Amino acid sequence: MSAPDPTLMPVGDVPAPAAASITRPGASRRTQLEEAVLPPLVALLLAAVVGDVLILTFGQSPGAVYRLLLDGTWGNAYGFGQVLYKATTLVFTGLAVALGLRAGLFNIGAESQLAAGGFCAALIGLVLPAGFPALLCLPVYILAAAIGGGAVGAVPGVLKARFGAHEVIVTIMLNFIVLALLNYLTSTRLHVPDTLHTAEIRSGRLPRLADLWPAFQGSAANVVIVLAILAMVGLWWFLFRTRRGFELRAVGLQPHAAEYGGIDVGGVTWRALALSGAIAGIGGLNYVLGYKHYYEEGFATGAGFLGIAVALVGRSHPLGIGLAALLFATLSQGGLAVNALVPKQMVDVLQAVVILAVATSVPEVRRLLRMRRGGGDR
Amino acid sequence: MQKYALSSALTSNAVTLPPSRPGTSFHRIMRKLLLLVGVLLVVHVALLFAHPSGAEKPPAGNTVDVGVVFDLGGRGDKSFNDGAYLGAERAQKELGVRVRFIEPGEGSDRESGLRLLAAEGMDLVIGVGFIFTDDLTQLAKEYPTTKFAGVDYSVATDKDGKVIPPPSNLAALKFREEQGSYLVGALAALVGKSKKVGFVGGMDSPLIQKFEAGYEAGVHQVCPDCTVLAQYAGVTPEAFRNPGKGKEIALAQYQQGANVIFHASGSTGLGVFEAARQTNKLAIGVDADQYAEAPGYVLTSMVKGVDNAVYDAIKKTKDGTFTGGIYQYGLAEQGVGYIYDKNNAKLIPPDVHARLEQLRQDIVAGRISVPSTK
Repeated sequence: MSAPDPTLMPVGDVPAPAAASITRPGASRRTQLEEAVLPPLVALLLAAVVGDVLILTFGQSPGAVYRLLLDGTWGNAYGFGQVLYKATTLVFTGLAVALGLRAGLFNIGAESQLAAGGFCAALIGLVLPAGFPALLCLPVYILAAAIGGGAVGAVPGVLKARFGAHEVIVTIMLNFIVLALLNYLTSTRLHVPDTLHTAEIRSGRLPRLADLWPAFQGSAANVVIVLAILAMVGLWWFLFRTRRGFELRAVGLQPHAAEYGGIDVGGVTWRALALSGAIAGIGGLNYVLGYKHYYEEGFATGAGFLGIAVALVGRSHPLGIGLAALLFATLSQGGLAVNALVPKQMVDVLQAVVILAVATSVPEVRRLLRMRRGGGDR
Repeated sequence: MQKYALSSALTSNAVTLPPSRPGTSFHRIMRKLLLLVGVLLVVHVALLFAHPSGAEKPPAGNTVDVGVVFDLGGRGDKSFNDGAYLGAERAQKELGVRVRFIEPGEGSDRESGLRLLAAEGMDLVIGVGFIFTDDLTQLAKEYPTTKFAGVDYSVATDKDGKVIPPPSNLAALKFREEQGSYLVGALAALVGKSKKVGFVGGMDSPLIQKFEAGYEAGVHQVCPDCTVLAQYAGVTPEAFRNPGKGKEIALAQYQQGANVIFHASGSTGLGVFEAARQTNKLAIGVDADQYAEAPGYVLTSMVKGVDNAVYDAIKKTKDGTFTGGIYQYGLAEQGVGYIYDKNNAKLIPPDVHARLEQLRQDIVAGRISVPSTK
């Protein structure tokens, strides 16, 4: 495995389904671009048309609603700040899910991993004394959040590597267990009376964007967005420029071939899920360090599940994930802005249409589905 | 369907059929997708210009603007969110105010929703649920000329237990749930006749303990040697959404000899009604009139007048008499009460009803003071 050359991957004796790789070997750049961009584009347009029809059934003008949606998000600094804030969390959960997908694993647990990361960071925040040097704080918080999320991610990873337990089932079930546990700890031990949140952390709060550019006044956007961008770059580097990343992608494309090539498939599996959980966990800092400075019950409800959509629409590529996160954040914040004209559920339906359309058109998903149907015994 | 089948065929044949060669099925699919993009784009742009005749323009003119942000549970909870909606809707019809509603999707949307409304220059912004407490306090300071109101706003106390008053442009709408619970407690004991009555709470928390404390006091007022079988469905907010657990607890309490159970447990109470129907006994609803959940088995409901409180706040804003501070809605203000109408009149004997009305007057007149803690 010394020469990470992707063209070596689909060798002749590999079962046929594996040949549907993420970037088609030997395809021209234009073909690759078409394959990467067209399916999501179809999905988005389909969602837009369904949205038009829905808006018309509410007796509103689609043009007016979409304009209001854009005005309330990209049209003013506050709305844009909110989009950035929501996109920051979604980048982390999207990257987490994408890392799993690249390794052929479907991590449905980002929801609880995100919460666990935020919870651990808030716990550390309660322990660290006030006035702890800010420069030392940040790494400590990142480590705490990564350990929190990573531990939740490692459990399904180890269970899969050791016993072949299906990661989809385990991550879904762990969502319930972990969220209920955090819920219990918060509401019985750690909460401030009459609230659902812990006490505020005493040191290491991060500045909001509004502190740097006053135009963002009031919005929750904060400098954790820099961490999100670093995570995008870092994950790209890891996946496409390191040996570990290559091994991970090889396992994702064809585990049998990867094993034949000398890769420790079990090791890659549990490390991938643990790293995936750690990335989702760091996303919890967006709320805990940057926004409210405490852990609150359900602080990012749905952001973990939306991360799956972000990863799929973003084609599991860090750059695509950044764009998809902005899209879903825009829809989410825009939903509030147009709430006067159409019910909130309309935006939920739009999101669902995007997800469905992408899920049926993206090769990765079709490949995963086929693996489950065909040789699901790996 | 055709497209999908084609592309599956493509990917499974990919090894023998180099996919990049022009004219292969791969290229045909991409061309089809490109065509699809074109068609969808045209349809979308065409629809953008559609303007249905009924497209709503908000009524123009100089009137009061009110914004309401619901809790995450949102509308349709048959409880305080729906109550707030009813009150605001009534104000819209009767007072001619303009009302905008926002339903948040996640935690950070609560502040965002309030802020959107405040920034738009609403005269009154209402947050529904105790969870808005922090956000409302902060926004009331940032927008001192806008009026704010919080349903179930939890008033902070300092270290010595003294109340920290909310900002002067913020009204805390609080309810004396213990007073309404007191009356249904007396009713449960008088109708049940078995020396035992039940109580099912949702999340074990000071708010729900307030219901229990009032209920127990009411039971003992009319029947000093009665026992109250009290149980909670859990210690987390999940306990408000667990009908299975509610049914389990209720069945056990009916088995132990209770004939009437009062629930203060959100949708967990649906299980209590189910148990009442199954064992042919009685249950008491909460927040709104829950008779329809199990007709014939709902003795009454302890109602919380969120609608009246919201309507009041809007009316005061319109009249220019709105002031911040803590508003307590009890029996005297008709902020809490119990249902007595044609549906359940046959379940409540006239002398029992007379006794309850007497108790109500005693509480309103201050002759009885109802405890709010155990």
